Amino acid sequence: MLFLENNTSGDLSPEASPARIGLALTDKQMTTAPAHSKKIQIASTLLVGARGLSDKAIAWIFIAPTMVLLLAINIFPLIWAVRLSFTSYMANLPRPLSFVGIDNYVDILTDEDVWDHFQTTAHFVISTIVLQVLIGLGLALLINHKFKGHSFWTTVILLPMMLSPAVVGNFWTLLFQPQIGPFNYFISFFTGLAPSSFTMIGSVDLAPWTIVMVNTWMWTPYVMLICLAGLRSIPDYIYEAAEVDRASSWRQFWSITLPMVMPFLMLAVLFQAIQSFEMFDMVSLLTSGGPGSTTELVSITLKRSAFEKWDTGYASALAVILFVTAFGAANIYVKVLNKVKQS
Amino acid sequence: MKKMIAGATALAASAFLAAVATPSMAEAKSLTLCWAAWDPANALVELNKDFTKETGIEMKHEFVPWTSYADHFINLLNSHSSECDLIIGDSQWIGGAAENKWYVKLNDFFDKNHISMDTFLPATVVGYAEWPKNTPNYWGLPAMADAVGWTYRKDWFAKPELRAEFKSKYNRELEPPKTWDELLQVSKFFTGKEIDGKKVYGSYIYTERGSEGITMGVTNAMYNYGFDYMDSKKPYHMEGIVNSAGAAKGLDVYKELFNCCQPKGLTNAYMSEGLDAFKSGEVAMQMNWYAFFPGLAKDPNVGGDKIGFFKNPAGPAGQFTQLGGQGLSVVSASKDIDDALLYVKWFAQPAVQQKWTDLGGASASKAVLESDAYKKSASYAPSFVESMGMVKDFWAEPLYVPLLLDMQNRVHDYVVANKGTSKQALDALVKDWIKVFKQEGKDPS
Repeated sequence: MLFLENNTSGDLSPEASPARIGLALTDKQMTTAPAHSKKIQIASTLLVGARGLSDKAIAWIFIAPTMVLLLAINIFPLIWAVRLSFTSYMANLPRPLSFVGIDNYVDILTDEDVWDHFQTTAHFVISTIVLQVLIGLGLALLINHKFKGHSFWTTVILLPMMLSPAVVGNFWTLLFQPQIGPFNYFISFFTGLAPSSFTMIGSVDLAPWTIVMVNTWMWTPYVMLICLAGLRSIPDYIYEAAEVDRASSWRQFWSITLPMVMPFLMLAVLFQAIQSFEMFDMVSLLTSGGPGSTTELVSITLKRSAFEKWDTGYASALAVILFVTAFGAANIYVKVLNKVKQS
Repeated sequence: MKKMIAGATALAASAFLAAVATPSMAEAKSLTLCWAAWDPANALVELNKDFTKETGIEMKHEFVPWTSYADHFINLLNSHSSECDLIIGDSQWIGGAAENKWYVKLNDFFDKNHISMDTFLPATVVGYAEWPKNTPNYWGLPAMADAVGWTYRKDWFAKPELRAEFKSKYNRELEPPKTWDELLQVSKFFTGKEIDGKKVYGSYIYTERGSEGITMGVTNAMYNYGFDYMDSKKPYHMEGIVNSAGAAKGLDVYKELFNCCQPKGLTNAYMSEGLDAFKSGEVAMQMNWYAFFPGLAKDPNVGGDKIGFFKNPAGPAGQFTQLGGQGLSVVSASKDIDDALLYVKWFAQPAVQQKWTDLGGASASKAVLESDAYKKSASYAPSFVESMGMVKDFWAEPLYVPLLLDMQNRVHDYVVANKGTSKQALDALVKDWIKVFKQEGKDPS
């Protein structure tokens, strides 16, 4: 501030670095305003010091605040969670930490219930992704053609994605109410079944598919958007060349569209896999993991251990296992994705 | 212009008054009482106006919905927050509250002020005040007596055509069930019937998974078929007690009732869903806490002559019911412990206990509950008094939360999600509970 206030030369060119401006002004100030000489001397000393810093050091000074925040908010809690995972710590009890070695990990990995919840999560993730990719790509192919009301329908399709998962969970819970929910009446209209004779979120057989259905409804537009970006990136001349060669639409799809959209599609699969793997809010509001533990995803198990049972040590171990699983799977996937891009 | 000047003067005057009044208001004494948000809490607000009138201490109230009641207040207590001066805490909290010193121990205070626990129903003293259980160490004053009971549609039970059909089918009169076998029979009889132009179900029972619902429901069947928490001669020994053949049978009976007669979709339902099902004429009978019955008895659609009440039916091993209710405790982190104790002293007075019940609360005072006047005061009163004499409660250990969540998980998995058998569910529960007690440093062998 001091330097700019005294910058009477008005030189704001790139060459006029703060250090240079400051130094020039300091000289001028020394002759015209002796009352400020002490202040100027300090500034001058600092600038001389700063001039001695390397570019790398200055870069470090700029990124240091971000690094400190990152360490405090992300890395430290992660390391702390790893430490807690080897203890029997309970956050709601005022007692000291006691180390239990790998007991928490053994408990988790030998617990049949936890494996059941992993299976439930796998079912949810895989089913959701398959449906999202099929429907999302289909919608993108449709939307890619210009037709009347094209923009309106694109907006309509994108709406679910813009809603909060909490809102989605709550209103689908109402839609699925057997007595008053419109969904059962809709099914009843086509099948003749009495609306109150079945329940989507209370049935052991239907509940796992219900959460898949709602998640697909919400996130398919996202996959569609990414696919649409892929479709729009394919140059028209490739299709024109294919048409000159009399390639059928089917052949064009398999030989041009799909290979060229594939990197985008794989990226969408990665994003959606991570999103579904960590899904908590919507499923928690829809079914709370029920009936029984039929739809209990590992994220719900983690929440129950950490914030209902307050078994912090156990929950930390489970969190570490989930982190390693997601991180490992994502790494492998990214390598495959890179290979696809290169080919 | 005159109006503008008058307005400006009024504004300046009110600003001046506010500035002057603020320091004196800050000096006014107040207490914050924490509880759950439900009908009896409104009665308590009404009652507390008398306390303010008598002492000049303003009463503030923090009422939290049942679904977050335990989480919210246990976190506050655990963090030694002074947000609540007084708390009406659940019976299961007493162990943790005593051992972690969340509550002020009240023995000396009771002695000094001649407050005798003998004047309260014994079950409520054990449930809401004592830790360790059955020892004279008091951490609360019984405040809100409650237990699980049943309501039924008296008008449906009185329909001549239904009574005739029932008699021809079962060779007995259609009356409120006295045993769980009868409960099943009557529930099945009503399920699928069309009454008042609507298809109805036999009975509503608790199935909620997230907090305590299904446990508070299923124990009403299990106690009466032989379930208990531990060997009475060997503390914390659970093998063969929790998973006894009788306990498994009780669990099966509850599941049978759920499968046959629960309205569709109520697979994760607790108090409010039961009230809705009963009020909307969807069920013939409903399991719920007595605390709701004063409101139901006055309900314009299903109250009055249309509603009847009965206590939890008996089983082969006896007749018990699940204890609800709470005790009034002083929070040790409070900055106004003396005033909070003054409130407890005021609340314990017989006249206040009587008024508390008259307003819609439920005193645990013997003088109030065992009086003829009370028994005649409402149609649910006689069965409530009898129910309070046959209550059993869930664990009140410091680690009651994981114990409760384990039972929620095992029982819900079996009853609602058809996972395994009742014996397998209870065997798994014993394993879960042994693990928790080991964490607590107790020997469950």
